[in-house]
Amino acid sequence: METRRILRDETKLFEEGATLPKGTVLQGRYEIIRTVNIGGMGIVYQARDKRFTKVARLCAVKEMVNSAPDPHLRELGIKNFEREANILATLNHPAIPKIFDYFSEGSRSYLVLEFIEGQDLESLLQRTATFLSEEEVISWAIQVCDVLSYIHSHKPNPIIFRDMKPSNIMLNNQDRIVLIDFGIAKVFQTGQKGTMIGTEGYSPPEQYKGVADPRGDVYALGATMHHLLTKRDPRLEPPFTFHEYPLRSLNPEVSERLEAVVMKALQYEIEDRYLSAEEMKLALQAILIVRGDSSFTPGTVAFVSGQGVLPVWEFACEDEVRSSPTVAEGVVYIGSYDNNLYALDAQTGRFVWKYATEGGIASSPSIWRDMVLFGSEDRVLYAVSARTGSIAWTCPTGERIRSSPRVEYNQVFFGSDDGYLYAVSAQSGRVTWKFEALNPIRSSPAISDDVVYVGSDDSHVYALDIQSGNLKWKYRTNRGVRSSPAIDEGLVFVGSTDWNVYALDMRSGWAVWRYRTNNAVISSPSISEGCLYIGSVDGDLYALETKSGRLIWKFSAEGQIISSPAVAEGAVYFGSVDGHVYSIDIKTGKLRWRFKTGGSVPSSPFVTDGIVYIGSMDNKVYALPT
Amino acid sequence: MGFRSMDFLRRTLGKGKIVEAEKKVKPVEATNVSQEGLSFLVGKGSHIGRKREHNEDAFFTLECTFKQNGEMMPFGLFIIADGMGGHQAGDVASALATRVVAHSLMRQVYLPFLRDEKDSSRSPINEALIEALSDASLAVYEAVPDAGTTLTAALIVGTHAYIGHVGDSRAYLVTEKGLQQITQDHSLVARLIELGQATPEEAMTHPQRNILYRALGQGGSMEVDTYFQLLPAGSQLLLCSDGLWGAVPEHEMAAIIAAAPSPQMACRRLIEGAITHGGDDNITAVLIAMTE
Repeated sequence: METRRILRDETKLFEEGATLPKGTVLQGRYEIIRTVNIGGMGIVYQARDKRFTKVARLCAVKEMVNSAPDPHLRELGIKNFEREANILATLNHPAIPKIFDYFSEGSRSYLVLEFIEGQDLESLLQRTATFLSEEEVISWAIQVCDVLSYIHSHKPNPIIFRDMKPSNIMLNNQDRIVLIDFGIAKVFQTGQKGTMIGTEGYSPPEQYKGVADPRGDVYALGATMHHLLTKRDPRLEPPFTFHEYPLRSLNPEVSERLEAVVMKALQYEIEDRYLSAEEMKLALQAILIVRGDSSFTPGTVAFVSGQGVLPVWEFACEDEVRSSPTVAEGVVYIGSYDNNLYALDAQTGRFVWKYATEGGIASSPSIWRDMVLFGSEDRVLYAVSARTGSIAWTCPTGERIRSSPRVEYNQVFFGSDDGYLYAVSAQSGRVTWKFEALNPIRSSPAISDDVVYVGSDDSHVYALDIQSGNLKWKYRTNRGVRSSPAIDEGLVFVGSTDWNVYALDMRSGWAVWRYRTNNAVISSPSISEGCLYIGSVDGDLYALETKSGRLIWKFSAEGQIISSPAVAEGAVYFGSVDGHVYSIDIKTGKLRWRFKTGGSVPSSPFVTDGIVYIGSMDNKVYALPT
Repeated sequence: MGFRSMDFLRRTLGKGKIVEAEKKVKPVEATNVSQEGLSFLVGKGSHIGRKREHNEDAFFTLECTFKQNGEMMPFGLFIIADGMGGHQAGDVASALATRVVAHSLMRQVYLPFLRDEKDSSRSPINEALIEALSDASLAVYEAVPDAGTTLTAALIVGTHAYIGHVGDSRAYLVTEKGLQQITQDHSLVARLIELGQATPEEAMTHPQRNILYRALGQGGSMEVDTYFQLLPAGSQLLLCSDGLWGAVPEHEMAAIIAAAPSPQMACRRLIEGAITHGGDDNITAVLIAMTE
């Protein structure tokens, strides 16, 4: 039933060819009882064969209107119809309806077939509130494989069914399956003109190239099983997207083994599928036989262990490392809750110097010329010499500093828990201007085209003029914004604790899109080649298309992700509260490796020269090979 | 293959004609002297083609300019739709869809934009686009149940374009480098190309190239694609139905646009180009050129 299909010629078809009324007698023999089904390609009636006067012998009469305007084409259509009817007449299998007769009347052709009592699997699926059981679906699929093997080995030429779908599989009153609608409709498909809607949903991709291969039926059976097991109707989805919805993501009851079998049948490339229906049948039978055996693995999932990754070096501080490292000129700068900012040799991890503040350091340092700038829980922003660690200047604020400083035009921009965004001279630490938000600013500012963008716990994202600190626009999310904005191609991207990731128009502050995760987004976005990477407290790392906010992939860590991802050399790196540092393939979203530290990892990685630098709450700073 | 050689002749003759036309028409000076800063020029056109009885394409254009934060801000809304369904139902579907989308976006985006300068806190524009296209889909489904339509809508604010899209009409970014397709066709062949099961060349002649898997007016839920696109000064945004892109190769479209003295002339020549290539389908083009 291709009810969603709309095409001009077909609409016409229905208008010209209204259904035959009850009581109509065809060929003086077949009396129409009722209309069973109106499909895109024809109508099926239930009829009574009047030659059998004593018993009510029922049959199915299939009517096809050959609407080709060209007489030559019309004749060709009828010839094809007769040829197919003749093939059907040579088939003898319990799962194929017997053909009794065929004839043409005017522009209509008729096929008289055995009437199958029962229901088709599409109706059955619609009537079932729950998922169909795996055993049932496997048992039907095995029967379908049997009949496919039979027609595929037909001599002289294999017969390809080409139209496998739940509505073409009948379950008769003996619980046996019967294939109906033997591809005959296909011969009437001439090149249609004009835009049309609708797609079959079950057919293999190569069928649209005109390739008919027995393994196309294997694909369509896989598609049919996918629909039966998940209730996801492929006709309502973009074509060939089964692999984006593995069976178990829609129906967790399905076994991994069955998922592996169905997905193999659904491979795009013919060569990657089962060689034959027979082979697929064996694989299905194997599931029933080995049921309960937990040693089975599908064997396609790559296993990656953390053992493979050994740190280049590690450095132990005296307290937790929540701050994120910055690397410049071969030196790693990182703050610790032991109150110190450390300078470590990037190659060896050797201690270079440390600078002690009066509080823990949660913010990440920035480099400006030969100075390291960083804020502390002691409410002060420090500027110290990158070479020696000696103090250059300080700038006190009213509360703890968790925002990381950014420098532009010799001005340092940073937020404080006192609710202000500060612009101070990078040379002297003197305040140039400050902007008051309603709540702490823990987000780190982003600067582009003379505008400073920053988020606040008051739930706003602010855009401020870099010279004056005057408000250009503000955008209110539904909760605090601790994530730091990133800018790309006219858009400002930022996460909010209202669970969303936002894309705002740089110029107007209008939201272009938002993407909802399943928990607060404290992580800051990282952007590379039209793709945005960001973590959520829901434990997933998301890859979103920057222009549309569409999900490309997501990766589930074992714990919350507060860390902001870093992108380098085809991989995304981030830490998780689960204690791991993860490396994910940027294209596929699959795990490359992970490394277990001794504590949570809220720190964000810094990647340079083949090394990932990151801190952990086990007090250590790690240098890991990419 | 008499048809093919005729086509070839037509094409060659057609090309000759366009070159001649260029010689005759003097390039028009940009007429934006009275305006300060950013602006855009719009060309538009629709043609029934040679083979169809009705023009089932529809388009909507609106442009204005206002001052915001001390800057002149051009604003525009451009929509094209390609209807399908017998007995003029396609015309109804495409026209209705463009009007419903325009109405919805004016209410949700344009009017609030005029009112507020600094506080931009509202739901995202992509959600407004999705809502507008979904409303239109429902309206079509109720008014003409057996028809459907594609729809591509571009909302332009300053140098930024927000696009909502369903079907196989297209939005292209046009720069000196040529045409860059922004939207993705919701057609069977587009999926086949994506899977490497067909080449773009095969797709042009594929028997099922007209089959869409997503369109407005089908009932039920519909996924809407949205895109954000920067339009730098000198660039252009082209919206067109498959009657244009299915007939005129992209490099030819790019050459026509580059050679035309104005967006209006470019649209006219694009449509002429599609007719020269056979004019099998209705042809619609809307071209927005960003000027400074």
